[in-house]
Parts: sequence; structure tokens; C-alpha cells
Amino acid sequence: MSVLDVSSVTVGYGGITAITDITIAVDAGQIVTVIGPNGAGKSTLLNAIMGMLPSRGTIRFNGQNLAAEPIAARVGDGMSLVPEKRELFATMSVQDNLRLGFYRNRAQGKRAAQAALDDIYDLFPRLSERRRQDAGTLSGGERQMLAMGRALMARPCLLMLDEPSLGLAPLIVRDIFRTITALRQTGVAILLIEQNARAALQVADHAYVLETGRITLQGDSATLAADSRIVEMYLGRASPPMGG
Amino acid sequence: MDSTILAILLQDGVVNGAIYALLALSLVLVFAVTRVIYVAQGEFVAYGALTYAALDGGHLPGSVALLGVLGLAGCAAGLWQARGRLDRPAVLRLLGETIVLPAVIAVAAIILAPMKPGVLVEVLLTLAIVTPMSPLLYRIAFQPLADAPVLVLLIAAVALHLTLTGLGLVFFGPEGFRAPAFSDITITAGPLMIPGQALWIGGLTFALMTALFAFFERSLTGKALRATAVNRLGARLVGIPTERAGLIAFALAGFIGALSGVLIVPLTTVYYDSGFMIGLRGFTAAIIGGLGSYPGAVLAALLVGVAESFSSFWASAFKEVIVFTAIIPVLLWRSLRHGPAEEEE
Repeated sequence: MSVLDVSSVTVGYGGITAITDITIAVDAGQIVTVIGPNGAGKSTLLNAIMGMLPSRGTIRFNGQNLAAEPIAARVGDGMSLVPEKRELFATMSVQDNLRLGFYRNRAQGKRAAQAALDDIYDLFPRLSERRRQDAGTLSGGERQMLAMGRALMARPCLLMLDEPSLGLAPLIVRDIFRTITALRQTGVAILLIEQNARAALQVADHAYVLETGRITLQGDSATLAADSRIVEMYLGRASPPMGG
Repeated sequence: MDSTILAILLQDGVVNGAIYALLALSLVLVFAVTRVIYVAQGEFVAYGALTYAALDGGHLPGSVALLGVLGLAGCAAGLWQARGRLDRPAVLRLLGETIVLPAVIAVAAIILAPMKPGVLVEVLLTLAIVTPMSPLLYRIAFQPLADAPVLVLLIAAVALHLTLTGLGLVFFGPEGFRAPAFSDITITAGPLMIPGQALWIGGLTFALMTALFAFFERSLTGKALRATAVNRLGARLVGIPTERAGLIAFALAGFIGALSGVLIVPLTTVYYDSGFMIGLRGFTAAIIGGLGSYPGAVLAALLVGVAESFSSFWASAFKEVIVFTAIIPVLLWRSLRHGPAEEEE
């Protein structure tokens, strides 16, 4: 069964439709990527799924229709979004940022919170070293780790990542993608939005291409990576894909 | 001027400054969490003072009826805003907060008021009556505007202030009231005679600040409130209901306002419209402190209090002018240092 089923979703702001008639699915334990050029509507799609933007069409999460559910309830159901701009609590410590990621699960008590925190520190030892530091003092890569860690504190069954490689050095991008692959082992389904098509297609099982608000291509990542149109537009030999 | 007068003026300034500090803190908090400049904060001082004075006289305060009216309006506003996505727990919670809670408080007030139950119960009852009005007003006036620019929120806050002053006249009447001090102890320290009320003000202010500090540094709810202030979008993404954070911030502001009123009504006669001038001093302090810094606001509030007491000694006709013009050099300095302000968000 699909964790996430998005069918015929359309989002418009004040007369302009940003994405039209989008249908995608993410299965349990799968990494699915949506690639496409800047401004194609990739972030809009994630924001609509998260409930930050009103949309038409149906969004089903673990079989349940999310129609009017507020964001807080979606987080409680197991959906987490790591936004493009990270949106950390800059003047609060790394540890407080992570603890707040557990906010929806707080009823489970202190021990569960500590266990979740330990898991995140295992996954990102770097954050453990910096636990007392303010989030605003972190480097770009550490910020991305913290944003992912904060989202994972909610113990989601679907993790949505909006351009995790944006603005990061190639070595750090490699680390982040390694972490994404490692997360698959924990059973969390991942919906990955990327401009860095090469890296995204390498880790994903399934891929969609979003161009000017519509899905123009979809298929196995391996198949798409070999597709001549993709190679020409997104992978190109002469000019490597821009990371932002 | 000899040292005795100096000491008395300083003491007076610090006592008043403590009250302004509390008000400034809640203004900074409300602004950080909701971006509302809570002009109507001062009305809570007047409401708290007048409610306590009425209870002290053994009368049922007019604010009990006002609480009931606001509860009904808050319930209607809540139902309207949540139309189409109401579920049972949400409705029950709304009814609990807007109907049941005010009803329980009203019944308690009706039973206890004629009994003159003593200072402690009267203070607690006053806080219980006045505090919930603030989150109810948030539901009615500000929640529908949650995404509006700061200027629109400010205009709404000014409208709210005018409305509350009018309602104060309706529910409390035009006479001023004063209440006796909590205790008649006076401590003599050298040339200084420190009245008990000053000690109460100092002690409670300090205790409340410590409690606020612990709340924001230690508890998850406090951290969630800070998180909402630091990054609203981030807070929504981890599932903090930001409208809930707004309700809590307004409740704290209402509580602090009501407590300030209870603390000052033994020192000065309070009328239905006295709150604004007191709130404005808290606002001055918050602005001088930068409207973002809690220690800055407290320090500025103490300065405002001391400046006020000294100017009332030297040039009492101009004391308001002196206190409020202090804001101009600060604003000038800030604008010179930071250059033109960027449009918010």
C-alpha cells in the first residue's frame, strides 16, 4: 500500500496555477524523487502535501484523506517536511531544536524523547558535538543535518526533503545523500525534491519529472537516468547540473 | 537635594519601574509570538485594579459580566473560524475555554464576593476573572488577522484599546477606586521607610520574572513559544499550533496586566481609563529596549520609572513629557545605527 497517494492535485495562487493535475505515489520504504528546473512547482507540491497551501484534488496519507487536516495533525500522523530554507530556530540550541521536533509526540514522555534524541545523535554525531550551540552558529551542512534531525525526531513514516543539497559543498552533498540512503533502512518513505538530478536519480527508486507545473515523465530512476531527454536536459555531459 | 530625597525618589522610581518592567516584558512576548503591539495591555491593568477594588469592598465586580460577554463572543468567533473543519474534541475544547471556564469563574465570584474572603483569595479571584479575557480577545480580534501585516494588527490593537476603555466605563462606572495595601508593615532602613506594598511589588515582580525565565528556558511549552517567536514557519512544521502559542502569549499578557493592576491600586487611584497611561510607560520601555530583548526591556523600564520619579520632583508638570520624549533620542539612535528599516516579511 502506498504511504502517500497524491491524485489530480492542483494548486493556484490568485488566478495563477502553480501546479496542475499532479498524481504521484510513494510506497513504504521507497525513495521517490521529483526533479525539474527551478520554478517548476516542486516546492509548491511539497507545501500542498504538508497542508501549508490549499489545494484541489485528493491527498491520501496511509489511506486516510487529508482534506482539511491542519499541519500540526499531519505531523502527528507521521508526515515531516524539511523545507528548502531549513527554517531552524536560530537563537535556540541544537538540542532544543531537536527536542521541539518531538513536540507532537510529547505525550510519550521523557524517556521516548531521549531515545529519539539519541537516535538522531547516532545518525548525525556532528550534532551531538554541537548540542549546546545555537542553531544560528552552524555551518550550512550542519544546518541541513539539524533540519533533517528535527524532522526525524517526530519519527515520521514519510519524510519530505526540499532541495537538501541546495547551497552545500559537493562533499557535504555526498554525506547528505549517503544519509538519505541510510534512512531507507529504517523503513521511512522519502519524497525528495531536487535540482541536482544526477544525485537524486542515484538514490531514488522512482522518479517524476516536473516541468512548468505538470508531470512530464515518470518511471524507474535507472530507466529515467538513461532516458535521452533526461540526459540532455538534466544530466548533460558538457555542463554539470547546477546545485542551486 | 539631599541624600534622603534622592533615596526616596530612587525607591519610588524602582517600584514603579518594576511594574513597567512586567508590562514591557509581556509586550515584548506578545509581539514576538504574534507580531501584535498590544496597545490594550494597559486596560488589563485598570481592569485588574478595579476588579480587585470591588472585591475588596465586598461587591461583585462588573468585569464578571464582561467576562461572560467576551466568552460568548469568543465561542462564536471560534466556531466561525473553524467552520467546515470542526471535530468533536476541538468543539469540546472551545466550549470548555469560552463557556465553561468563564461560567465557573463567574459562579466562584458570585459566591465569594460578598464574603470578603481576604487579600489572597481576592487577588487570585481577580486574576481568574481578568486573565481569561485576554486570550478571548485574541480569538475575537486577532486570530482572524493572523496573516495580516504588523500595521493592520497595530490598528486592530488600537481599536481594541478604545473598545476596552469604553467597556471599562460601562462595566465599572466613572468613579476611581483605591484599595488598601496588602499589609501595613513598613521596614525602616536608615533614612528609608519602605512600605510593605513596595516590598510586595518588588518581590512579586522578581518571582514572576524568575518563573517566566524558568518557563521559557525549561518547559517544552515555553520553548515552543520561543520557537514560534523565532521562526513561525519552522514552528508550524514541527507541529506547534501557532494560534495556540498566540493564546498562551495573550493569556500571559492578561495575567501580568491584571497582577500589575492589583499591585498598584493600593498606591494610586485607578479609573476605568487609567490603564492606558500606565501601559504606555511599559510600551516606552519595550521600545527603548528594542522590542525584542527581555533584559533590555526590564532595564529600560527601571530607567523609565526612575526618570519619572525624578522629573515629577523637579518638573512635575512636565513629567509625562519628559518620560515619553525619552523615546525620541533612542529611536533616532536606532535608526542612525541600523539605517532604513526593511519591510517586514
